[in-house]
Amino acid sequence: MQIPVEGFMYPNEVELQWSVLIVLYPFLTGLVAGAFILASLERVFMVKAVKPTYRLALLTALAFLIVAPLPLQLHLGHPERSFEMYLTPHRSSAMAMFGFVYLWYLLAVLVVEIWLDYRRDIVVMSQGTTGWKRLVYRVLTLGSTNISEHALHIDERVGWLVTVIGIPSAFLLHGYVGFIFGSVKANPWWSSPLMPVVFLFSAMVSGIAIVMLLYMLMCRVRREPIDMDCVDTVAKYLFYTFIIDFSLEMLDLIHRIYEADESFRSLDFMVHTRLFLSQVVIQILLGTVLPILLIGLTQVVKLAATQRKRIYVAAGCLTMIGIFAMRWNVVIGGQLFSKSFLGYTTYKMGFATREGLLTAVVLTVLPFVILGVLVKLLPPWPEKKSALSSVAAAAYGAD
Amino acid sequence: MKAFKDAGHLFRLASVFLVGGVLFLALRGFLVPRSFGQYGHYRGNAIKETAALPISYAGHQVCESCHADILEVKSKGVHKRVACEACHGPLAKHADDPASIQPAKLDTAVLCVRCHEANLAKPKSFPQVVSAEHSGGAPCDTCHQPHSPAIVAVAGASQ
Amino acid sequence: MNMTRRQLLILLPAAAVAWKSILAGTPEASPNYTMTEHWWGMLVDITKCIGCGSCVRACQMENQVTDGYFRTWVERYHVSDYDIENPKVDSPDGGKNGFPPAAVSDGKNFFVPKMCNHCADSPCTQVCPVGATFVSPDGVVLVDQKYCLGCRYCVQACPYGCRFVDPKKETAQKCTLCYHRITKGLTTACCENCPTGARQLADLKNPNDPIHEFLRTHAVQVLKPYLATRSKLFYNGLDGSVR
Repeated sequence: MQIPVEGFMYPNEVELQWSVLIVLYPFLTGLVAGAFILASLERVFMVKAVKPTYRLALLTALAFLIVAPLPLQLHLGHPERSFEMYLTPHRSSAMAMFGFVYLWYLLAVLVVEIWLDYRRDIVVMSQGTTGWKRLVYRVLTLGSTNISEHALHIDERVGWLVTVIGIPSAFLLHGYVGFIFGSVKANPWWSSPLMPVVFLFSAMVSGIAIVMLLYMLMCRVRREPIDMDCVDTVAKYLFYTFIIDFSLEMLDLIHRIYEADESFRSLDFMVHTRLFLSQVVIQILLGTVLPILLIGLTQVVKLAATQRKRIYVAAGCLTMIGIFAMRWNVVIGGQLFSKSFLGYTTYKMGFATREGLLTAVVLTVLPFVILGVLVKLLPPWPEKKSALSSVAAAAYGAD
Repeated sequence: MKAFKDAGHLFRLASVFLVGGVLFLALRGFLVPRSFGQYGHYRGNAIKETAALPISYAGHQVCESCHADILEVKSKGVHKRVACEACHGPLAKHADDPASIQPAKLDTAVLCVRCHEANLAKPKSFPQVVSAEHSGGAPCDTCHQPHSPAIVAVAGASQ
Repeated sequence: MNMTRRQLLILLPAAAVAWKSILAGTPEASPNYTMTEHWWGMLVDITKCIGCGSCVRACQMENQVTDGYFRTWVERYHVSDYDIENPKVDSPDGGKNGFPPAAVSDGKNFFVPKMCNHCADSPCTQVCPVGATFVSPDGVVLVDQKYCLGCRYCVQACPYGCRFVDPKKETAQKCTLCYHRITKGLTTACCENCPTGARQLADLKNPNDPIHEFLRTHAVQVLKPYLATRSKLFYNGLDGSVR
């Protein structure tokens, strides 16, 4: 397969090293970090209005976190050797820390927080269900059915502590993804101390947007009214983080244009040609400026609830596209130009290949499937009054 | 005492993590390659494995130990620093077993122009020709002897 | 070849002895090579390079490099005196089969052989997550083929484009400075086969190596010095337009 090249590339540079799967990876971890930070708003920063999204945000974070390492794993030349990252992590490598930050975040933060928050429900359901479900819940109780008021109080306190630890952990999880790119001094498109910060804020933007969309979708599926106070508050936070994110990205851009170092002409050419659609049109105009304007409108003008809902859905979807485009432009864009600054190559995405489009689509859908299972297993909304509460009462009685 | 009892589930969770951690450390001790860390943060044996790869080009010293006559011709001409295998190709197998493995005959019409075809980017002092004009397609060894290419004998005869 | 069968038979044992002495020099078996006594690098004299591609071919043969990928390659620069910052560069098939005649005759034209710089502060080994690539005690950047994950981070981190992932082995590949040769007293395949001596293997720890005299008396440069990789691939006659 001949890859079209313009100008001169070092001969080994013609083929791209990191594919669409590596675009997906920061996108997915970004959603994890962002969703968690939204959850922490309620828990730590006492923004009570977003309470209805709290559990959903946690489950969303977990679903995406479970899938996040899969694109990396599929991309490796030798996936069977990936455990070496735990055996002999190289201290000078940002990537080596991935395994540990990931495990820490998955096990010490998310799983513990969800477990503590759901423990009462788990115990109740382990007694109110039958068959395999009962078995699952029983394993999840770890053999302790103590849901006395005092025990739950302890859970509440410990859960709070875990969330407090979780916030810097979420920052670490996604900040370090930015660092993986930002620390490559060979690549001027990546090499920037702003990279981790930009990644972090874009992660928060995408995480907040996806939880907002999912919450509205779930309300619709369950034929329940949307808590507009909650969605308005989420949208407000989306608006503020988005403005910070956009300012940082523009700062990076303006800094590059003003400094105009040796790589500038090459990168500038790339942005005006190969990356014009994905960077200027999709990422900046459609994916950032437009949603900011849309949500900004709701902040300035008083609109009816239906109109606000429509605007939030439109802005949320645009945001998701914009953030995905941002990851694309960083990962793919950073490999399209030669490190000699003398030429450009082309990214050819396969379809049904190991790193092709089909794999990427499956990996994008997978977290939603996992989320579906999680929601079935651990319903994020208050249980319907009738069925479970009687069992709960029974459980209290038995205790 | 009550606090201890009501936090019992937390201790259960902690012990699950503890078991996991101990299992990981045990596995790690078992799985890390023996020579890892011998010289630095890598497998020391990797150096030996790289050093043990097979050789294809024997090196001109080995050629010269047999082909002393060629060496003598070559050392008097401008090609004295050109290694044998630069033209003849990799011949470690021949050096290993000279009787049964013989190098292929070379075609000077193809061989010489690799270096001597004129190109603007070549250093000006390097002898180069436009082969089509220079020899009209005749193989170079019609006139030049590759091991010592200066046409001394012919020049002497014509004088 | 004017050699009788008789002469050949007489000379054979000599060849056998020479060859055996090379093979005996494997580090495990021989006391001849001590890693800590060497610090390898290379000298490339651009003023001598004729762009014949011998080094590229020799490297591919010696190291079974997959077609289309390069552990060493040769670039041809064309620098116009009216636009010295924008050179025109080409490297058809890595310069393996030489170069076609230049299209334009103005300006400055020259060849630049490229390969791993065997940096002492190598950005590629820094980023390897598992320790599958490293600077050996004698200063050669190597890849552990049995340990490499194929994550390609090192390929991204190399500023010189010297690494690639082999499509069959799925591991990172690069110039080994012919480690299997230099540890046995031979020079690298590219240096051995360079007809003009434009490439010279250099042992910087050996005070008698001609590299020291050369470095003392020539204006020598490395590629992208601002990246501070402590490259050990020294260029003589390197034009400012080369990147």
